[in-house]
Amino acid sequence: MSSVPLSAYLTLAIILFCIGLYGALTKKNTVIVLIAIELMLNAVNINLVAFSKYGMMPSIDGQIFALFAIAVAAAEAAVGLAILIAIYRNRKSVNVDDYNSLKN
Amino acid sequence: MSGEFFIFIVLSLIAIGGGIMMINLTKVVHMVVALVFTFISIAGIYVMLSAEFIAVVQILIYSGAITIMMLFGIMLTRHNDKSETSGGGFRKFLIFLAILGFGLVFYLGIYQLELGEPSTSLHENNTEQIGIALYSKYIIPFELTSVILLVALIGAIVLAKRDDKEGEERE
Repeated sequence: MSSVPLSAYLTLAIILFCIGLYGALTKKNTVIVLIAIELMLNAVNINLVAFSKYGMMPSIDGQIFALFAIAVAAAEAAVGLAILIAIYRNRKSVNVDDYNSLKN
Repeated sequence: MSGEFFIFIVLSLIAIGGGIMMINLTKVVHMVVALVFTFISIAGIYVMLSAEFIAVVQILIYSGAITIMMLFGIMLTRHNDKSETSGGGFRKFLIFLAILGFGLVFYLGIYQLELGEPSTSLHENNTEQIGIALYSKYIIPFELTSVILLVALIGAIVLAKRDDKEGEERE
């Protein structure tokens, strides 16, 4: 029985990464930008887990790295939302284009 | 077409479809809910890759915790306005072209990548293997992760706490 090749998983990961990158670059709402970054981190986790099974030296280490990446991503989401709340209190807006006080 | 391949195709289509819906929907709450489909099908992909523990963690953290937290972020801020995309159509088109080129370059690099034989022992006592590796080989990064979580917890509270002096001045 032929199993799914490694390149199929990597292709899925790069499609999800591109969707996340497009969302992070074009969306206006800051919450959506944050969650698009989470999608990109998820795509990277798929790569880590896929290489832990199909890589040159298969071992459990890739799954451990994915766990660490999930932990750091959760911390990043919490701090990002706290920054969003603080900015919203001062600027009364969640639009990324309004956060331009460094511009002029 | 084997059953494994069929399941992979279905899960991939759900994941990519959720992402496309996130791009195309207009209300921000709907976008977040569309991404839940993506996160759950990624958990299914992890099960196919014999990583059951990470699949459970994915469902708990992403489709549970992070989605609810993002929904709180939307509810606590102004969410009535539609989230139209920024910039003109030309800028969006340029970004689309750049990302398409990026994706094509990486696809050309990986589309026939084959490395060695797949592992056959990862699914046996998966959680036990992760625990043994985490508490022997990776004990120092594991402890450092707790420091990161503590710093994030305190940092989030300090950032989101209402500053009393500033509040009085403005009011």
